[in-house]
Amino acid sequence: MTDASFTPPGRVPPPRHGSLITLDARTKKRNAAEKRFRMYGIAAIATGLIFLMVLLTAIISNGKGAFQQTFITTQVFLDPAKLDKNGNRDIDDIKKVSTFGYTPLLQNAIFAEVTDRGIETPLSKASEMKALTSASAAAQVRDVVIENPDMIGDTVEFRILASSRVDGYLKGRVSRESVIRDKSIDAEHLDLTDALVDAGVIEKRFNLSFITGADASESRAEQAGMGVSILGSLFMMMVVLVLSLPIGVAASIYLEEFAKQNRWTDLIEVNISNLAAVPSIVFGILGLAVFIQFAHLPQSAPLVGGLVLTLMTLPTIIISTRASLKAVPPSIRDAALGIGASKMQSVVHHVLPLAAPGILTGTIIGLAQALGETAPLLLIGMVGYIASNYPDGIASGFLDPNSAMPAQIYEWAKRADPAYYERAWGGIIILLVVLLSMNLIAIILRRRFERRW
Amino acid sequence: MYDAPKSLETTLDQKTAKITARDVQVHYGDNHAIKDVNVNIEANTVTAFIGPSGCGKSTFLRCINRMNDTIDICRVQGKILLDGEDINDKRVDPVQLRAKVGMVFQKPNPFPKSIYDNIAYGPRIHGLAKNKADLDEIVEKSLRRGAIWEEVKDRLHASGTGLSGGQQQRLCIARAIATEPEVLLMDEPCSALDPIATAQVEELIDELRQQYSVVIVTHSMQQAARVSQRTAFFHLGNLVEFGDTVKIFTNPEDSRTESYITGRIG
Repeated sequence: MTDASFTPPGRVPPPRHGSLITLDARTKKRNAAEKRFRMYGIAAIATGLIFLMVLLTAIISNGKGAFQQTFITTQVFLDPAKLDKNGNRDIDDIKKVSTFGYTPLLQNAIFAEVTDRGIETPLSKASEMKALTSASAAAQVRDVVIENPDMIGDTVEFRILASSRVDGYLKGRVSRESVIRDKSIDAEHLDLTDALVDAGVIEKRFNLSFITGADASESRAEQAGMGVSILGSLFMMMVVLVLSLPIGVAASIYLEEFAKQNRWTDLIEVNISNLAAVPSIVFGILGLAVFIQFAHLPQSAPLVGGLVLTLMTLPTIIISTRASLKAVPPSIRDAALGIGASKMQSVVHHVLPLAAPGILTGTIIGLAQALGETAPLLLIGMVGYIASNYPDGIASGFLDPNSAMPAQIYEWAKRADPAYYERAWGGIIILLVVLLSMNLIAIILRRRFERRW
Repeated sequence: MYDAPKSLETTLDQKTAKITARDVQVHYGDNHAIKDVNVNIEANTVTAFIGPSGCGKSTFLRCINRMNDTIDICRVQGKILLDGEDINDKRVDPVQLRAKVGMVFQKPNPFPKSIYDNIAYGPRIHGLAKNKADLDEIVEKSLRRGAIWEEVKDRLHASGTGLSGGQQQRLCIARAIATEPEVLLMDEPCSALDPIATAQVEELIDELRQQYSVVIVTHSMQQAARVSQRTAFFHLGNLVEFGDTVKIFTNPEDSRTESYITGRIG
C-alpha cells in the first residue's frame, strides 16, 4: 500500500463512477439504442397488423356478398296441360317433361306478379321475364313437381333463384351502364327489378346453398356452391391423416429413439429436411406419374389427391414429431429404463404421452398446410369444372372426381363472369374459417394434453 | 502403469461378492473413460464411489445395469459378474438385468403421473402383482420403505411432480425398490437436495442395506463416510483405492486418495 492510495479513516473516498442520478454518455447511448430497437419491433408488428387488417377487410368486404343471394318469390300455376298431357299423373310421363316445359310457367308467373301489381314496364311479353330468373329455376321447380306429382293443377309458391345479373344489380356489381352491351339483360329489366324489390317479390336472403351446394356451369354463377368441394377436401384430409400420422410418427420414433446415429441416419435426416422444402407442384407431377399413369388410380379423385398431399405432409409431421420427442427430458427415459422397462415400453408409456401435444400440433399444422394446397391438385386433375354432385357413399367419396376448396376457389377466380369473382372471395372466407377452426382444435388439444415435468 | 494396492488384491479374493468387476474398460468414442477397474461389491453393504468430477465413477455405476447401452458411442469391455453371471453376455436381456439392479438418478425424475402410478409402474410391467389388492400392497410397502408413506398416503393420486425435491427423490427410491431389485445403484442421489432431505435419504440408505447391496456415487466425502462401509476412490478413470470406508478416510494407502480426501485435489 502506498501513501497515494491511502485514505485517512473517517473520510469517504470520492466515488469512482460519478453520480447515480445523472446518466453518463455511455448509458444514454445504450438506452437510446434500446429504445430504437423497441420502436423497430413495434413498427414491425404494426406493419404486420395493418397488412392483416387490409387483407381481412378485403376478404370480408369482397366475399360477404357470396353468402347472400337474390331470390324471386312467386306463385306458379303448375299447368296440367303442359306438365301432364295425358292427365293420369303417371310419374314416368311427368318425368318426360324437360325443364323447357317449365320455363314458360315460371315466366308467366313472374309476368303475372308484374301485371297484378300494375307495375308499368315496356316489357310486354311473359318470355321477356326470362332474364330475371336463373337458368336453374326451372329445374328447381321440376324437381319439386317430380317429388310431389299431386301438386299439378295447383298454384304453388316457389322461391326461385334470380339470375346472376339481377343478383349483381342488387349487390352493386351490375349497373345500367354495364348492361348496355349485355345480351342477357337490358336496362328495362333493371327498372322492373327495382319495382319488384319494392313490391317484395325480389329479395336478398342468406344463401345456404353457397356453403352446401355443388359447383355450377359458367353461366349459372348464382347456383354455384362450395359444398361438394368441401367434401372433397374432407375426404382428402382423411386420406392424409390416416396415412401420414402413423407413418410419420413411426418414422420419427424410430429415427429419434431407436436408430443409431450414423451416416445413414444423417442422410435420411437431411433428405427429410429437403423434402419439406420441395415445391408442392413437384409432388403433383410425381403423383401424376406414379398414382395415375403407373398405378392407374382414377383421375381427379380425392384418394389420389390425399396420397399426393400425404407425401407433402409427411416431412412436416416427421420434423415436428422429432422435435417434440427431443423435447422430452432424457431423465424420463432413464427413469423408465432404470426400473426395467424395455425401450418400446419407455417410449409408448412415457415419451409418447409427453410428446403428444407437440405431435398433434404438428399434425394439424401439416393438415392445414395440405388443406390450402392447390398446385399439386392442378396436375392430378382436381382443378377445373368438375360437374359432380354429392358422392353416393364413402367409396365414391374417395374415388369419384371431385375438387377441393382451394382448387374450387382458383377455378372460380379464373371464370369470366364477375359473379364468380365474388364467389371466389366467399370461398376464401369458408377456407379460412375451416383453417382457423383446425388451428383452434390444435390449441385446445395442446392445452388439454400439456403436462408439466 | 498403475499398481493395485495390496488391500485391493485381498478384497478381490473374497468369494462373498454380489458383483465382481474384472478389467472393466469403457470408451466414449476415442475417450478412454474407465481403465482396468476391478471391484467387488458385497451383499448388504453400502459401497460408495468417490472422486473428482469426470473421474468415471458415474460411468462405472451405469455399467452395472448396462444403462450405457443407451449411449451409441459407448463401448464397455471386461467382465462384470452379478451372482457369478456375466451381465454383458449376449444372452442377457438388459431389461431383466435392470429389474434385478435398480437405479436412482442424480436429478429426481418421477414420471409425470400420479404417485401411485409412479410406484406401480415397475411391478405392472414385470407382472409382480396378480390383482389390484396386491398392487396396492406393493405400493404401500414400497412407499413405507422409501420413508415417504406418511407424507403421501392421503394423496396417492396426486401428481408425483408436485412433490418437493426431497420427497421426489424418496419417491424415486421407492419406485426403484418396488420392483424388488437385489442391487440398488444411486447416482449422486442427494446432490439436488437440501441438508434435511439429504439426512432423510441417508437414513433410508442405511435401512435399505438390510435387504439390498447399495452402490452410491457421491461428491460429498462426509456422505460417503456417513453411509458407506466400503469406499472406492476413482481418479482419471482409474480405481485408485478400494477398501473399508474407515480405512480410506483415516489411513489411505495412495497419496492421491489422501490428497483428495483432505481437499488438495478434486
